[in-house]
Amino acid sequence: MKRFLLAALFFAVLLLIWEALFRAKIWSPVLLPSPRQVAVYLEGAAVDGTLAKATIVTMRRLLIGYIIGLVVGLPLGLLTARWKVWQDTIGTLALGLQTLPSVCWVPLALLWFGQTEAAMLFVVVMGTLWSVVIATETGVRHVPPIYRRAALTMGSKSLHIWFKVILPAALPFIVSGMKQGWAFAWRSLMAAEIFVTILTGFGLGQLLHYGRELSAMEQVIGIMIVIVVIGLMADKIFFSPIEKFLHRRWGTSQA
Amino acid sequence: MQRLSRHHSSAAEELEVIAPSKLAIENVSKNFKGASGAVLALDRVSLNVAEGEFVCLVGASGCGKTTLLNIIAGLEKPDSGTVQADGKSITGPGRERLVMFQEPALFPWLNVFGNVLFGLKLKPNLTNKDRHDVAKYYLELVGLSRFERANVHELSGGMKQRVSLARALAPNPRVLLMDEPFAALDALTREQLYGDLQRIWKARNKTIVFVTHNVREAACLGDRVIVFSPRPGRIREEFAVDLPRPRDINSVDLAVHATEITKALKSHSQPEVAIAE
Repeated sequence: MKRFLLAALFFAVLLLIWEALFRAKIWSPVLLPSPRQVAVYLEGAAVDGTLAKATIVTMRRLLIGYIIGLVVGLPLGLLTARWKVWQDTIGTLALGLQTLPSVCWVPLALLWFGQTEAAMLFVVVMGTLWSVVIATETGVRHVPPIYRRAALTMGSKSLHIWFKVILPAALPFIVSGMKQGWAFAWRSLMAAEIFVTILTGFGLGQLLHYGRELSAMEQVIGIMIVIVVIGLMADKIFFSPIEKFLHRRWGTSQA
Repeated sequence: MQRLSRHHSSAAEELEVIAPSKLAIENVSKNFKGASGAVLALDRVSLNVAEGEFVCLVGASGCGKTTLLNIIAGLEKPDSGTVQADGKSITGPGRERLVMFQEPALFPWLNVFGNVLFGLKLKPNLTNKDRHDVAKYYLELVGLSRFERANVHELSGGMKQRVSLARALAPNPRVLLMDEPFAALDALTREQLYGDLQRIWKARNKTIVFVTHNVREAACLGDRVIVFSPRPGRIREEFAVDLPRPRDINSVDLAVHATEITKALKSHSQPEVAIAE
């Protein structure tokens, strides 16, 4: 409770500073709207449904792409960890492409798929996939061989070992890879939405883009806040509980 | 205690052997390629272990005793020679010969109960209720019933090894292979576990092969103590320990036995080149 109050106080002070800066009129109100104006915009956008619609469009792209990235990346990571041939080929490719900022996929996606949902999805998948492949591979390689040996003597066989021993043993690595993949996918999707107008749906990035076109700073800041909140929520609702469980089980930290 | 002759048994002794050995190791050799060339880890090692026997393998590090244990477990293959359990060749690891390792190889993603249950889940023909009851029984046997929901990292070293023991016992293997399981524990915990192990061995009627470099430990636990020498790994001597059980590691009688075994161990522990025979 004390921690919560402290955090609340911190954000209240932030808002006050913002309001104070607005009132000091150092910058034109066009460039720095007041917190109230932003709140009014957000309320309006929430009431007329723009915000909800855009959020749904964006989250659908993100989730579908992310899940595809996971479903493809996890087995690829296992294969690269298991066989040298895969490591030398897909593993090297993954390592290389992971260093490529995923925004760089946007031009290619546009030329290949045009201004379609497929282009968006492609960018998100590329953002997720390579992180997951590399994290899975690293995780599997770090599993102490003694786990496998112990399982073998208890009658565990190849597939059972993979699913009941190696995968769970590699879980801490895999989860941090999933988290990184999520962050990359989220960033690249926002970039893609800002660059590319796709008529099949306006996402949050597009709202941000139009806010700039219309010089509607309260819209720009409002949408940025929404994006931050979604990122925070993904962490708090999805990743944080998993990480807490891992820390508790493995005894890695007092989270 | 008697010093057993390894190679020249009399005809009378020979005829006395009726029961087939639980484990029959015949002329097993194993090479390892290390940085300094090939090392003969085991050189024509033969050993028979009877049903229900507690055999300890002692020797300096590098004498191949762990290698032999891994071969019996089916985790490694010998270069030559045969290894049989119940008259059948060992082709791979299996739950009738469970291993307890030096480091507690417990799975950190499972709690204590889940670890003990792991091997049981792989055993067919059991209902889940049976499996739970069996796991509970063995946790009780090692004195850890209260900790079944605990995470592995919350346990002390001694408790971890107790869980390892329960996990190894749970699928009810006939043979238990133990690789210096108590080496990393403090003396007090170890003594407690010596008592527990002897009690459980009798109660569950196991055949145990126990690797250690601690001669007192070997004399305390073993019906027979097999002395290995390193480079090449060979069996040099064996001793039958006929002290009454349960044995106390601090007893004077045991110390006398241990002294004699230590003497033998020392006389064989000078590394040597393979002697032509």
